[in-house]
Amino acid sequence: MMLEQSEDDAPKRARRDDREGEMAVVGRSVTINRPRVTLFAFWRDFQNLPRFMEAIEKIEPTGPQRSRWTIRAPAGQMVTFEAEVTDVKDNERIAWRALPGSQIMTEGTVSFSDAPAGRGTIVTANIKYQPPGGDLGRLVAKLFMAEPNIQARHELKRFKMLMEAGEIATADNRKSKEDR
Amino acid sequence: MRALTWHGTNDVRVDTHPDPEIINPRDAILKVTSTAICGSDLHLYDGVIPGMASGDILGHEFMGEVVEVGSKSSLKKGQRVVVPFTISCGQCFFCQKQQYSACDNSNPAAKQDASEKLYGHAMSGIFGYSHLTGGYPGGQAEYVRVPFSDVGPIVVPEGMDDDTVLFLSDILPTGWMAAENAQIERGDTVAVWGAGPVGLFAVQSAMLMGAEQVISIDHHPHRLDLAKKFGAKTINFGETHVLEALMEMTGGIGPDAVIDAVGMEAHGFAVDNVLDLVKQKISPGADRGHALRQALLAVRKGGRVSVPGVYGGMLDKWPLGAMMEKGITLKTGQTHVQKYTHDLLRRIQEGEIDTTWLISHHLPLEQAAEGYKQFHDNQNEWTKVVLTAN
Ligand SMILES: NC(=O)c1ccc[n+]([C@@H]2O[C@H](COP(=O)([O-])OP(=O)(O)OC[C@H]3O[C@@H](n4cnc5c(N)ncnc54)[C@H](O)[C@@H]3O)[C@@H](O)[C@H]2O)c1
Ligand SMILES: [Zn+2]
Ligand SMILES: [Zn+2]
Repeated sequence: MMLEQSEDDAPKRARRDDREGEMAVVGRSVTINRPRVTLFAFWRDFQNLPRFMEAIEKIEPTGPQRSRWTIRAPAGQMVTFEAEVTDVKDNERIAWRALPGSQIMTEGTVSFSDAPAGRGTIVTANIKYQPPGGDLGRLVAKLFMAEPNIQARHELKRFKMLMEAGEIATADNRKSKEDR
Repeated sequence: MRALTWHGTNDVRVDTHPDPEIINPRDAILKVTSTAICGSDLHLYDGVIPGMASGDILGHEFMGEVVEVGSKSSLKKGQRVVVPFTISCGQCFFCQKQQYSACDNSNPAAKQDASEKLYGHAMSGIFGYSHLTGGYPGGQAEYVRVPFSDVGPIVVPEGMDDDTVLFLSDILPTGWMAAENAQIERGDTVAVWGAGPVGLFAVQSAMLMGAEQVISIDHHPHRLDLAKKFGAKTINFGETHVLEALMEMTGGIGPDAVIDAVGMEAHGFAVDNVLDLVKQKISPGADRGHALRQALLAVRKGGRVSVPGVYGGMLDKWPLGAMMEKGITLKTGQTHVQKYTHDLLRRIQEGEIDTTWLISHHLPLEQAAEGYKQFHDNQNEWTKVVLTAN
């Protein structure tokens, strides 16, 4: 006799098999002690993202739903690609993807939901990406995506710091060269 | 600037470092006037806390004068402040519950991985401690950068000497929270392992919180005499069977609450301790838990265990059976310093608490390495070392 069995309730990114077809899935959720509207508004303006995403040099709008992303690669190189917003639901969700033919194939969603009992907002980022091929792919993978899970985790933590504490914690005692 | 620097096990030196700068808007820079050496620093000195790096500036008990402020600091140049050793943002879920030492936002993101692996959750930032807690340069230095300076530092009222308020940075709130975690009730006997600074402040606090009887346990007679000053009874574990004595001193019941103010480097030659000692020598991250094991056996049925003593890694031969079968409650943690500073400052001002009796030695910062050596090797006489910096 076959028992009827359902999958567990854990999100895909926590599964042992964390792939969807060709794409690897990474992501993380974090609870931020700030209202949903505030967090959504900050994220919706993509130009803000480099403030907490260290690998991103800048994001410039190129159209109402499009933007050009510049990623820092080793040896001072920059890699750029163009992304488009594919879905927005106010104060709930933003989804984007790299335009077909880009050097980096990636798509992401960030969603915002109320945490229980006034504990702020649960922010969940889900990023899918295709590990890129070729020399450039290896270069990019090394920096940007070698440990995408760790990267995603650090970025969400920095986002939380910026939103809650108003600044990003550092143990440095001196300003970095770029900040002078 | 000059600063006491960690170079390896039992190797600390005063070196020259660049002066700190304001980096974030909520920062302030202090010119340090007084800074103390703590039992926690001894764990670093002995190399038993994981995550130290050569070149780290130590010191988490310090006070001084504000010399520079960021745009969002609430401090003003020239103010004298004491700084909590826990770095806390004041805004996160934990800070708002006054669980400041669990702050989510003070340990730099990239430094959080290690403690997340080791402890399941990321620790908050602490001054002059391991890189598990951020690797923040500490205050045994001429200058120190203080993040979130609008939340932690407490301004010292006019006319109060450094020595009377310095310990608000750590050991006084730590002893106080240790006693609070013992949830003292009328008629209680509270037994405190360790008559170091933390244990002695726990003794004093437990008395103030109305314990019927406080018993201080150590093997240094002078330290035990200090406990007597506050009306505690004492047990010298070098001369006396501790468990038996505690039963006999409590009418066969056992202490209602026990406090472990020893931590991960318990002294003594009990079998479990010798085994732990060997382990700690060969593997970082192994704790020596003799005092805590003994406390768990001593505490009465349904009793409370409070652990201010620091542990950093793994401990085995843990009497879990005693805990479960006796129905024990255990509370612990790095101190939520910011929760206690205002109330304790008031108690000092009103003369209810005195802290200066603890200080056995003042040394200039330049002689800090000597201070470490003496506080480590001659614990009986060297009860607390205060370094004067500027
Ligand atoms: N929870 C916190 O936030 C916090 C803050 C400060 C210090 N601490 C910790 O508290 C502990 C004590 O700090 P301290 O400054 O008083 O240190 P300390 O080293 O001066 O004192 C420890 C005392 O314990 C005694 N001792 C050792 N083995 C013993 C045993 N088996 N039974 C009874 N006594 C024993 C020693 O003789 C010594 O007098 C350390 O582990 C320190 O790291 C914790
Ligand atoms: Zn301390
Ligand atoms: Zn916080």
